Amino acid sequence: MLGAELVTQTPWIFETVWLIPGIMAASFMLILFFGKRLPQKGAEIGIAAIIAAFALSSFATYTWISEINSGSEAESYEALPAATAPIGFGSAVVEPIAFAGEEGVVRGAPIITEYEWFSVTDPMQESVAAKSSAPAIGIGTWVDGQSIMMLFVVTFISMLVHIYSTEYVSGDRRYTHYFAFLSLFTASMLFMVLSTSTIQLIVGWELVGVCSFALIGHWWEDKPNSDAALKAFLTNRVGDIGLLVGMIILFFAAGNSFSIEKINQMAVLSGEDGGISQGVLLAASLCLMAAVMSKSGQFILHTWLPDAMAGPTPVSALIHAATMVVAGVYMIGRLYPVFWEGLSIYGSNINAMAFIGGLTTVGGGLLAFVQRDIKKVLAYSTVSQLGYMVMALGVGAYTAGMFHLFTHAFFKACLFLGAGSLSHACHHSFDMKKDMGGLRKKMPLTFATFMIGSLALAGLPPLAGFWSKDEILVGAGVWPGTEGNGTYHIPFIFGCITAALTAAYMTRVIWLTFFGKYRGHEEPHESSWRIRMPLVLLAGFATVAGFLNMPSGFVSAVGLPKSWAHKFEDWVEPEGVSTFVSKAQNGFTHAKPSLSLAIVASGLVLISIAVVWTYYKKLFAKDEMATEYTDGFMSRMPLLATGHKILTNKYYLDHLYTDKIAGTTKGSLAKVSYWFNQNVLDAIVNSAGSVSAAAGRALYKHFDQGVIDNAVNSSAGAASSSGGVLRRLQSGQVRQYASLMFGAAVLIAVVFVFALGERG
Amino acid sequence: MTDFLNDWGITLMVFTPLVAAFAMMLLPGKPDIIHKQVALGASTLTAVWGALLLFNFDYDSASVMQFGVDRSWIDVVNARYDVGIDGISLPLIALTLFVVPLVILYSWNHIPKPGNAKAFLILTLILHTGMLGTFVARDLVLFFVFFEVVLLPMYFMIGVWGGEQRLYAAIKFFLYTLFGSALMLVSFLALYWLTGSETFNMAQLAELVSTSDIALGTQVLIFGGMFMGFGIKVPMFPFHTWLPDAHTQAPTQGSVILAAVLLKLGTYGFIRIALPILPDAAVEWAPWIGLLAVIGIIYGALGCLAQTDMKRLIAFSSVAHMGYVMLGISTLTSFGISAAIFGMVAHGLITGMLFFIAGSVKDRYHTLEISRLGGLLVQAPRMGWILGFTTMASLGLPGLAGFWGEFPAILAAYNPGGGLSQPLFRVYMVVAAIGTVLAAAYLLWLLQRTAFGNPSEEFADNPEITDASKLEYISWVPFLIMIVVLGFVPGLIFDVADAPVSEMAEVWVVK
Repeated sequence: MLGAELVTQTPWIFETVWLIPGIMAASFMLILFFGKRLPQKGAEIGIAAIIAAFALSSFATYTWISEINSGSEAESYEALPAATAPIGFGSAVVEPIAFAGEEGVVRGAPIITEYEWFSVTDPMQESVAAKSSAPAIGIGTWVDGQSIMMLFVVTFISMLVHIYSTEYVSGDRRYTHYFAFLSLFTASMLFMVLSTSTIQLIVGWELVGVCSFALIGHWWEDKPNSDAALKAFLTNRVGDIGLLVGMIILFFAAGNSFSIEKINQMAVLSGEDGGISQGVLLAASLCLMAAVMSKSGQFILHTWLPDAMAGPTPVSALIHAATMVVAGVYMIGRLYPVFWEGLSIYGSNINAMAFIGGLTTVGGGLLAFVQRDIKKVLAYSTVSQLGYMVMALGVGAYTAGMFHLFTHAFFKACLFLGAGSLSHACHHSFDMKKDMGGLRKKMPLTFATFMIGSLALAGLPPLAGFWSKDEILVGAGVWPGTEGNGTYHIPFIFGCITAALTAAYMTRVIWLTFFGKYRGHEEPHESSWRIRMPLVLLAGFATVAGFLNMPSGFVSAVGLPKSWAHKFEDWVEPEGVSTFVSKAQNGFTHAKPSLSLAIVASGLVLISIAVVWTYYKKLFAKDEMATEYTDGFMSRMPLLATGHKILTNKYYLDHLYTDKIAGTTKGSLAKVSYWFNQNVLDAIVNSAGSVSAAAGRALYKHFDQGVIDNAVNSSAGAASSSGGVLRRLQSGQVRQYASLMFGAAVLIAVVFVFALGERG
Repeated sequence: MTDFLNDWGITLMVFTPLVAAFAMMLLPGKPDIIHKQVALGASTLTAVWGALLLFNFDYDSASVMQFGVDRSWIDVVNARYDVGIDGISLPLIALTLFVVPLVILYSWNHIPKPGNAKAFLILTLILHTGMLGTFVARDLVLFFVFFEVVLLPMYFMIGVWGGEQRLYAAIKFFLYTLFGSALMLVSFLALYWLTGSETFNMAQLAELVSTSDIALGTQVLIFGGMFMGFGIKVPMFPFHTWLPDAHTQAPTQGSVILAAVLLKLGTYGFIRIALPILPDAAVEWAPWIGLLAVIGIIYGALGCLAQTDMKRLIAFSSVAHMGYVMLGISTLTSFGISAAIFGMVAHGLITGMLFFIAGSVKDRYHTLEISRLGGLLVQAPRMGWILGFTTMASLGLPGLAGFWGEFPAILAAYNPGGGLSQPLFRVYMVVAAIGTVLAAAYLLWLLQRTAFGNPSEEFADNPEITDASKLEYISWVPFLIMIVVLGFVPGLIFDVADAPVSEMAEVWVVK
C-alpha cells in the first residue's frame, strides 16, 4: 500500500454494479409473472428497467473515466473492510488488487468485488485440516475498462432495441415473452461481462446462449425457425466442449482456482516463480479458441450465425451482431494473459487465433456477396468483422480489438435496425432482389442512416470503422514503421483483402436496396419515430465513436488538444496489459500508427466502392429492374462460376454438419446402437431369463417345492393378501425365480468364503 | 426436543408411511378419497419429521452420523437396527421426502388404470419407507432388507398399473435387480466372515478391512459383487436394459419415483458402502467404472436419438445422466463424489419432472409416439414451457440444477485421485464433455418435435387436450422451484456433502 494520504475511497458505484444485471433479472421475473396483465403487456417494465440500467452504466462509465483522468492525484484505493454481502451468498471480500503486483494499486487496475458462491474441499488436497484453504467458487463483479465499456455498449444498444421493438414487434403473439427474454438476455450478458471467476463466466456464457435460442426460435410454429434455434444452440454446445475443458485445465493449472485474477497472474509468471507452463497455457488457449469459434462465429463453427437471422430483427441487432456474439472476443480479452503466453503472441508471425480470425474475416466477407437476403449479408459481415476482432487480439493489438468491438456495435446495430426498418416498410420481406430497390426516395431517413452505417463498416474516414480497422492493420506490425508485437504477414493480407471486400459488398447492398426502381408491390413508407430515433442515435455514434481513439500524431497534426489522443486506450486498456512481461522478457507494446498505411487502406476501400458502383450503375442504366447481369457473364468465366457455386453452397460446411455429421449421428449411428441394445444386450438378458426359467421349472418339478419355496411363500404371502392382484401376475413363477436366486447366492457365498477365506 | 429427535426422529420418519399403509389396509377400499387423504397426510407427516431432523442437523459436523440409534435386532446373525444421518445421506433423504408427497398429490386424480387407489397408495407408502430406510441404514443387513423392500411395491406398480407389456417389464425389473442383490449379499456376507466382525456396522467393517490383511484380489472380488448389485440398480451400461422397459411400462408415478429415487439407491450404495469399506479395491475398479460410465453417457445419448417414444427417450436419458454420476464417483476425488451426490438429486428432480410431463401428455394424447405429437406449446402452453424449461435443465444448463452434477464430475476427471491414470481419465473427461453436446441434441430435438410447430391434424381440435390442470401445476411447481434454487445456490448440497465426502476421499489423496 502507498501512503495513507494518497488513498481514496473506491467509488460506491464500482461495488454496486451488480445492480445493473440485478435490475434486468428482476425485470425478467416481473415481466414473466405480471407482464400479461399490464396495459403495455410487460414492455413498460422492460423499458423502465433498461433505462435504469443504462443510467447506472453511464454513471459507472463517467465515474471510471473521471477516476482515470484524475489518476495522477489518487493512485490507489483504500483496502476496504469486508462489507456485508448484498445478495446473500455468504460473506463479502472486497479487495481491490493490483495487476502488476507489489508496488500497490495502479491506475486502471480492476476493482474486484467477490463473494463466495460455495466452496468445496480442494480436489487434490482433501485433507480436512487443509479445508481452511479450500477453493471458494467465487461470484462477483469485476470492474475495469473492458467491463465498463461493455456495460455501456450492452445497455445502450439494448435500450434502443427495446424502444425499437415496441413498434417492430407490436401485436406479436408472444409480445410479453419477447420482452421477458430481452431482459433475461441483457441480465445474463452483463452477468457474464462482470465475471470474476471462470465458473461465473461459463454460467453467463450459457445463459446468453439459451436466450439466443429462445429468441431465434421466437416464431417456433415454423420449422425453419426452430431448426435455426437448434442449430445455434448445438453448434455453441460443440464449442462449449472447448470452454469446459479449457477452464478445467486452467483450474488445475492455477492451483485449483476458478479466479480469473489468479489465473491471469499465474499465466504471466514463469515456471520458477510458480507460474503456469507455456505448454499448459497453449492447450488451454486452443480449447478456449473452440469456444470463441462457436460463440463469436469464427470459421469453421460460424454456420449458425447466418441462420440465426430467423429471429426478429431487433434481436439480430442486439444479440447476433452487437453484443452476444462478441462474448468470445470479450473472453479472450478477459483472459488475455493466458492467450498471450499460450499462443506466444509476442514476437511471432502467426498463431491459431490470428489465423482463425484472418480466415474468418475473408471467408465471411466473400459469402456476403452471394446473399439476396439483406439480413444474411449483414450476418456474414458480422462474421467477417468478428474475425477482424479476433485477428486483432491474435496479433497482440488488444486495444484495437476492443476498439473495433466498440465501434462495430454501433454501426452494425444501426445497419440491422435499418434493415428492419426497410423490411417493416416492404411487407416483412428481406429479399433485396425481389422486394426492394429504389427506396432512397421513399425512406430518406433510413437511407441516410444506412449509408452512414455502411460507410462506417466499410471503414471510410472519418467514420468510426475507419479508426478501429486502421488500428488493427497497424497492429499486425507488418507495414514499415508500425512496430507491433510481432510481424503478422498473413493476417495483415487477410485484413487488407477484407477492407476491400467489405466496401464492395456494402456497395452492392446499397445499390440493390436504395437505387434502381422499387421491385416490390404496395407503396413503402418511412417508419415511425420509435424506429427512426434509434437509427439516428446509432448513426450518430457510428460517426463519432472513432474519434475516441485518434493517434496522437493525428491529433497534433490537426491542432486538437493533446489530451484528445487515444482516450479509448487510456480508459479501456487494463493497466496490467501494458505491464505484461512475457516469460521471454518481452513486454507488450503498442504499434505506431502510420499515415501511409491509412492512405493505402482507404484507397483500397475507395477503389472497390468505385468498381461495384460502376458495375451497378451500368446495369441499372440498361435495365432499372435488373439485379444482375444475365448475359452469360458467369458462363464465360468458369473459375468465377465455380467460386460462385462454392459460395452459394456456403463452402459445403452446412452440408457436412447437417447431413453428414448430425445426420449420421441421429440416423445410422443411433440406430446401430439401439439395434445393439435390443438385439445383443437385451437378448442376452432375455435368454438368461428364459434359461433360468426353464431350469427353474425343472427344479421346481423335481425337488424344490418342499424346502425353500415354503420359506419364501410365507413372506410373499403377506404381500399377496393385499389384493387379488398378485395371483393374476403369475406370482408363483416370480417367487420361484427369487428363491432360486437366493439359493444360488447362498451357495456361491459359501464357496466364495471357503475358497478365498485364507486371508491374504 | 433434541433428545426426542435423537432417540426417535429417524424411526418415526422411516416408519410413519408403513404404519399408515397398515392402517389403510384395514380401511374399506371405497371411497378413494379417504385413502388419498391418509396417504398424503402420512407422507406430509413424514416430511415434517424429516424437516425437524434437517433443522436440527448439526451442519458443522456433517461428517458425523447424527440422530444415531443402535439397537439389537436379529441377534442370531448379529444384525442390528443401526441408523443415522450424515451429510451424504441427508440430500437424498431430503429428495425422497420432497418427491413422494408430490407424487401422491399428483395421484389425486391420476390413479392409473385399472384404478384401486387403495392398493396403489399403500404400495407408494411402502416404497417410501423402503427408500428412507435404505438411506438411513448403517447396518449392512438392515440396508439390504430396505433395499429389497423397495423391489416388491415397484414390481406390483409396474405389473398391475403399467402399460401394454407390463408383465414382461415388471418381471425383468424384479429379476434383474434381484440377481444383482444376490451377488451384493454374497459380498456382504464375505466381508462379515472374512473380517471376523461382530456386527454388520458399515463403519466398523471399514475399520476392520483397513487393519486386516484381506488380500487385494479378494477385496476386488468382494467389490465386484457390490458392483453388480449397485451397478444394475444405477443402471450402468451394459446392465441397463431393464430400465427402458420398466420406465416405459410403469405408470407415471412409478416412473417418477423410479427415476427420482430408486436409481439413486445404486449410486448411494457405491458412495456409502463400496467405496469407504473397500477403498483399495475401488482404485482397481475405478478405471472400469469410469469406462462404463462414459460409454453409458455416449451410448445412452445415441439410444435417445433412436427413440420414437417420448417416455422411452426420457428413460434412456437416465442411462446417460447416471453415467455422469458414476464418472464423478470413479474419479475418487471429493469434488467428483460431491458432484455425484449433487447429480443424484438434480437428476431426481429433473427426470422426475420430465416423467410427470410425459405422463400428462399421455393422458391427453393417448400416445407418446413422437412423430404424432407436436405443437404442445400451442395447445397447452404451460405444459409446453415447463417441458422446455425441464429439457434445458436436463441438458445441464448452468444456472439450473443439472449443471452442478455434470461440470464438476467432468472437472474431477482431469485429476483423479488414488493414483489413477491421468491420461485415461482425461480421455474420459473429453468423452463426457462430448456427451453434453449429444444431450443437448436429443433433448432439444425432442422439444422441437413435441412442443414446437403446429399441432398435427389428428389432434388439432381435440377437446381432451387441455393445459396443465391446477393440481398438476401444484405438484410440479415445487420441482421447478427446486431446480432453479439448486442451480443458483449449489452450496445447499455441496456444503453439506463436502465434509463427509472429503473425509472419505482422504485415503485416495495423491501425496
